[in-house]
Amino acid sequence: MALLEVKDLRTSFHTEDGIVGAVDGVSFSVEKGQTLGIVGESGSGKSVTCLTIMGLNAKRNTTSSGEAIWKGKNLLTTKPRELREIRGNDISMIFQDPMTSLNPVHTIGKQLIEAVQLHRDVSNRVARARSLELLKAVGIPYAERRIDDYPHQFSGGMRQRVMIAMALINDPDLPIADEPTTALDVTTQAQILTLMKRLQEEFGSAIIIITHDLGVVAETADDVLVMYGARVVEHASVEELFNRPQHPYTWGLIGSLPRLDIDVERLIQIPGQPPSLLRPPRGCRFHPRCSYVMEVCKTTVPELLPTQREPDHLQACHLDEETKDREAAKLLESMMAEAG
Amino acid sequence: MFRYLIRRILWAILLFIIITFVTFVIFFMGPNDPARAQCGGDQARPACLKLVTEHYGLNKPLYVQYWRFFDRLVVHQNLGYSYANGSSVNQTIAKAAPVTASLVFGGAVIWMMIALSLGVYSALRPRSLLDRTAMVFVLIGISAHPVWIGLIFEYVFGVKLGWTPIANYANFFGAPAGSGLPGGPWQWFYHMILPWFTFALLFAALYVRMVRANVMETLNEDFVRTARAKGAPERRILVSHVLRNALLPVVTMLGMDIGVALGGAVFTETVYQLPGLGQNLVVGIQANDFATVQGVVVFATVAILLFNLIVDVLYAWIDPRIRLA
Repeated sequence: MALLEVKDLRTSFHTEDGIVGAVDGVSFSVEKGQTLGIVGESGSGKSVTCLTIMGLNAKRNTTSSGEAIWKGKNLLTTKPRELREIRGNDISMIFQDPMTSLNPVHTIGKQLIEAVQLHRDVSNRVARARSLELLKAVGIPYAERRIDDYPHQFSGGMRQRVMIAMALINDPDLPIADEPTTALDVTTQAQILTLMKRLQEEFGSAIIIITHDLGVVAETADDVLVMYGARVVEHASVEELFNRPQHPYTWGLIGSLPRLDIDVERLIQIPGQPPSLLRPPRGCRFHPRCSYVMEVCKTTVPELLPTQREPDHLQACHLDEETKDREAAKLLESMMAEAG
Repeated sequence: MFRYLIRRILWAILLFIIITFVTFVIFFMGPNDPARAQCGGDQARPACLKLVTEHYGLNKPLYVQYWRFFDRLVVHQNLGYSYANGSSVNQTIAKAAPVTASLVFGGAVIWMMIALSLGVYSALRPRSLLDRTAMVFVLIGISAHPVWIGLIFEYVFGVKLGWTPIANYANFFGAPAGSGLPGGPWQWFYHMILPWFTFALLFAALYVRMVRANVMETLNEDFVRTARAKGAPERRILVSHVLRNALLPVVTMLGMDIGVALGGAVFTETVYQLPGLGQNLVVGIQANDFATVQGVVVFATVAILLFNLIVDVLYAWIDPRIRLA
């Protein structure tokens, strides 16, 4: 049985300009010990998907429907009290910006101890010992001394380590990392990713990692969900996705990966703007930016269907599979050729 | 922390010198003639004028006069004697300051209670009925003049309903023996309740807005979402994560406002005939009593500087980013 099963999740925000459908019919599941990567550009609905599962959207002017089944319970209809018991204990979250995600007026020790004591009836001493253990596990030097420091005394990378420690402190079954490396510089990014991989092996948990960086996905994920305009456009194992990408948007993402080994005049980009979720394009939401656009794309929403070759590889595109395989092969070949 | 404190204290001393000098110069340049005031105004006899002028050194240059004033103030802690009736300004202030302090601190407690409850509640439920009502209250509190409010309160609660006295002050520690005046803690409270509310209203209105805005802003902070993701209940999030951060700027304002108000809440004191600093200030100005006015100004300056110092220390204590910087 899947650890978390999300079915037809929909979230919309009621704004002054109208209703914004931030998540529109997203389904996926996460197995024990598995890493799921969710990729997409800003505003594609990847963060909102996870915030909805956690029940962390602002209650006012947000409506959600669908199911998120966690151990037999639908998280969307769970009472706030029960949901609080799950949050931070079974499912935890690592946020994007470590500079602002820690409370500036409390020591990190206090914030870690709070995380423990919210879910375990233990003394301060025990909770503090646990906090120290985690700070050491995430590689904070001189943890015994630094536990009584305030967030502003830590660098960005160190704060993100603290956030990770906080997310893992209660041995959760599913930590969700929402762009955990976006706010960090490149060398720190690599350290944090390595750390997360090591900890996942140690703690044996599943992970959802949200990112706009395919590099991060390639490095960490087992399964990948590609989101575009509040919908899932492709869902496959990481090898499948990089060997036989089926959606023109995924091609764009792969094609626009910056390369260090060759000289390019400018970075390759997907033309056009991300779609407005207030008034999304009819039919396939990617069609205004797609260079393979056909008449049917403008009117009919493509369903998320398995490919013929690989039933676990889901994609939502009207192009026939032959064309897609050919185009994907061409793209990969050109990238290989460039790489020499 | 220690160095921070030293720096703050030195800064306060410098400010004290500057402010007293500036006020001294302003009074010095003013059109009033203290010698004439002391000798009975227009009927002053030349002999008296000469005596007084020499006694106070009024014919000496500005810097000498300031130095005499400063020396008397700092070395002897003496604010001088009233030009109007020769009484000690020290004593006048010692009598008036507790009245003003009663008014200001009691008022501050009331305005903070109103501001915190209304401000936090309307921040949690923006655009609710209570939030909108609170905003109307804010508008009234800011636009209504304390004298007008004082008169209305006196009429409604004092005259019509007869719940409270309409004026005068009662000493907290009991009235002077044989004076026949009311005294003691209960009488003090009973006489202060209307002045407190009158004085607190304007500040309550301003602070409701400030608390509401700060709490709303803090509720949107990332660390509040982190606390929710940890599984913290809303009440705990509000108390431990939101309020502590949202009230930092309120503490600064509170310290400054109390400092300023201690210089005399002129309007409220006048309406309720409270013999506080504000009333002494008004009487002093009308009587050309330079020494008394100067005394109140010096006292107000010290109060403001002292409360700023307290705020600085308090701020450093509650905000680790300042303490450890």
